[in-house]
Amino acid sequence: MNEKVKIVWNGIIKENPSLRLVLGTCPTLAVTTLAANGLGMGLSATFVLICSGVVVSALRNVIPGKVRLPAYITIIATFVTVLMMLVKAYLPALNSSLGVYLPLIVVNCIILGRAEMFASKNKVLDSALDGLGMGLGFTLTLVLMGSIREILGSGTLFGLNLHLPVEPMIVFITPPGGFFVFGILMAGVIFLEEKTGQRRERKAGCAGCPSAEFCQAKESE
Amino acid sequence: MELHTSHLIVSPVPHIRDAVTTQRIMFNVILALCPALIASIVIFGWRALLVEAVTVAACVLSEYLWCRLRHKELTVGDLSAVVTGLLLAFNLPVTVPLYLPVIGAVTAIIVTKELFGGVGCNFANPAIVGRITLAVSFPALMTNYTYPTPVVACDAISSATPLGTDTAVPLLDLFLGTHGGVLGETCCLALLLGLGWLLFTRTIEVTIPLVYVGTVAVLSLIFQQGVLQQLLSGGLLLGAIFMATDYVTSPFTRKGKIIFALGCGIITCAIRFWGNMNEGVSYSILLMNLVVPIINDKTRRTPMGGGKQK
Repeated sequence: MNEKVKIVWNGIIKENPSLRLVLGTCPTLAVTTLAANGLGMGLSATFVLICSGVVVSALRNVIPGKVRLPAYITIIATFVTVLMMLVKAYLPALNSSLGVYLPLIVVNCIILGRAEMFASKNKVLDSALDGLGMGLGFTLTLVLMGSIREILGSGTLFGLNLHLPVEPMIVFITPPGGFFVFGILMAGVIFLEEKTGQRRERKAGCAGCPSAEFCQAKESE
Repeated sequence: MELHTSHLIVSPVPHIRDAVTTQRIMFNVILALCPALIASIVIFGWRALLVEAVTVAACVLSEYLWCRLRHKELTVGDLSAVVTGLLLAFNLPVTVPLYLPVIGAVTAIIVTKELFGGVGCNFANPAIVGRITLAVSFPALMTNYTYPTPVVACDAISSATPLGTDTAVPLLDLFLGTHGGVLGETCCLALLLGLGWLLFTRTIEVTIPLVYVGTVAVLSLIFQQGVLQQLLSGGLLLGAIFMATDYVTSPFTRKGKIIFALGCGIITCAIRFWGNMNEGVSYSILLMNLVVPIINDKTRRTPMGGGKQK
């Protein structure tokens, strides 16, 4: 059981997809102008991550290696289509605020990355847990970023007016503010890693990529 | 310097050192800013001095706290934070609530300067980044150009920068600065006095201000905008004299400086004539700050006997 918890925990902190693996940066920066958008985006991605992880893992011995990427994309696109229909039907407000970023979950590199790095070589349950952990890590990051940007940029949190004594700084809901908060959060994670003695020396280029081992093994096949 | 064979010092260039220090250069800049400081108090009243004092104090304090917290050598004594504070304050209208200068100071000193390595390592002029952050964050507060207690008697108070109004402000008013605007930019006479002091003390070369203002003048002539109107209004003189000439964020060589100033002038005019903002000086200097490393690289001088680089 401990192993299973570890898989989930891994995605939330140690290999947090946005802040440590630096995957899925586009939605991280684009939709986090409001905390609620971040939550919606994060949960949508979590749904697709878990479902596609289960299916990719179940079919891992059936899918031929050479066409695995198109196969993964097809599986992911299927779930995104389901998700889009659900969101359109039940959460039209979220649908309109996420806009194009909802269908773009298909090409979110966290999902393809986890399919390639984890689901395609692990059991079904483990893959589901990995999807859950990564999804939660992504969601937490988006909500955190969305909250910071919403409080500083609009003076509200989840739409509630906080009645701050100062004018909100509009720069935080513009792209430069997004990059700034993203950078500060990354620096914060590195600071925490150093304080807790978990900092690993990371190499530059391909060798420093967390998926290097797997990626290069596939290349040489 | 005495040279002992036992103390043979091997060091990279520069070998010739002058008595000029960062502190002295910054002190000269502060002196050069004084006429504009006095002018701002005369034109906008004592609140101008309050805004300026708060900004400078916030800048110095941010730098002091940062150095203490990071256990770095204290660099407050080199006065660069005071210059940044004054320049930032000169970009604020007199009516700003006093937390604005503090936010601007933190952006300028900590985000722009200290996070990139402290004095001499900043990628752009700290005061410019502070100003732009404030302008993007608080557009309404930053363009509130009225002045509440006019000390100088005047017939009319214009509420917008002359670049934003259709009614022409008389040229003499523009030159003396008795019109609406941010604290330091309005009085061209004071800014020119400052330029005179900087040139007299050889703190800056005339290249950047001359080419910058010249480019704007020529482009105004070509596109049939009032030349003097364009030169005397807005932040052009303040930017060209004090901000574009920042040592850290302007090119080393004269050729580089000309390219830099040309770019500033062209972008300023492009924003003023066709952009949806009234003023483009700060954005143009920021944009050109970012390409300074490329300019420096392309205009590098060949050392004597070095031959052509392949």
